[in-house]
Amino acid sequence: MALTLYSLIQTAILCTNAIAVLHEERFLRKIGSGVDQGVTGFGDDPGIKAQVLNLIRSVRTVMRVPLIIVNTASIVLLLLFG
Amino acid sequence: MDYNVTQKAFRHQPNVRLRKSSMDGSDGSQLFEDTSGCSSKTSQQRNQASGPQSAGFPGQSVLSDPVSNLAMAYGSSLATQGKEMMDRNLDRFIPISKLKYYFAVDTLYVGKKLGLLVFPYMHENWEVSYQRDTPVAPRFDLNAPDLYIPAMGFITYVLVAGLALGTQNRFSPELLGVQASSALVWLIMEVLAVLLSLYLVTVNTDLTTIDLLAFSGYKYVGMIVGVVAGLIFGRPAYYLSLLWCCAAIFVFMTRTLRLKLLSEAAAAEGRLVKGARNQLRMYLTMSIAAAQPVFMFWLTYHLIT
Repeated sequence: MALTLYSLIQTAILCTNAIAVLHEERFLRKIGSGVDQGVTGFGDDPGIKAQVLNLIRSVRTVMRVPLIIVNTASIVLLLLFG
Repeated sequence: MDYNVTQKAFRHQPNVRLRKSSMDGSDGSQLFEDTSGCSSKTSQQRNQASGPQSAGFPGQSVLSDPVSNLAMAYGSSLATQGKEMMDRNLDRFIPISKLKYYFAVDTLYVGKKLGLLVFPYMHENWEVSYQRDTPVAPRFDLNAPDLYIPAMGFITYVLVAGLALGTQNRFSPELLGVQASSALVWLIMEVLAVLLSLYLVTVNTDLTTIDLLAFSGYKYVGMIVGVVAGLIFGRPAYYLSLLWCCAAIFVFMTRTLRLKLLSEAAAAEGRLVKGARNQLRMYLTMSIAAAQPVFMFWLTYHLIT
């Protein structure tokens, strides 16, 4: 299997884009943990579901602007160099 | 299993361990020994001799000129300033002072650790010893993770893979690069997966990313042993030695990670502590350890006919 660093970078960009374009309400309501009923437990074991939600929320907040830059750069590079 | 809790401190707090750069040379347990060979006496003599010598050394007229002396002094101070600034900035991105800790090994440690990786069944005390809240350098503690063996193992794996492909007439120089990048990508993905699962299970541990990188890199030793045995003795030897190394790495990882991931009570007395959280952590330890043999087989089976 010819895994290269380039394919890893591609995978990372695609996955982060997927998390960024997620529509929280519709998607998470299907799973049963919408935005309005967020789990705000302060016990020392928030549970896996709350952690996943936290992760998705933080990735969206943090990576929004860098993703714009990275996507623009990759579009330009792919246009120029194929 | 005998844990000497009195002699070695067991950390319960989840603070990230600080591997400060002040560790090298400050309090007697230096990271690296001073093997430069020149004592302070000779350096003093050298300083005294260089004074009158610089005036008469190469270009007498050039160096005795006070303006050029000034220029030389200014240039050297600029150079030191630039070097300091670059060191500081580089240290912000790649923690070089922390990396130095992982390469503070010596031959005895490497030998014992390699033996431990292939035969971990007799070793009793798996705790990492600390010295006033900072972990001891790998040179003084067999249980501490290091990056020397994983780095060397990775390079040796790429070379052995090239050798194996060469004996089957499948070799070309690009394949070395393909093998290297593919193994590196699997390593990075494994470390990211472990980090993600550690985050999801909210384990309060002081394992750093570089520690995880070191633990994931220990499987290259087993892979090399398997491939070399397969090259010399044929396919059955490859399967046998790979099986042995897989079992050894599984036991090694389980015993090492158990101390770091599970809670104190569970680690001290055995495996049978109740509680859903401990069970989840045990599953996590087991799955991390079980992923190693899978990777070992995946990365080597295409090298043996």
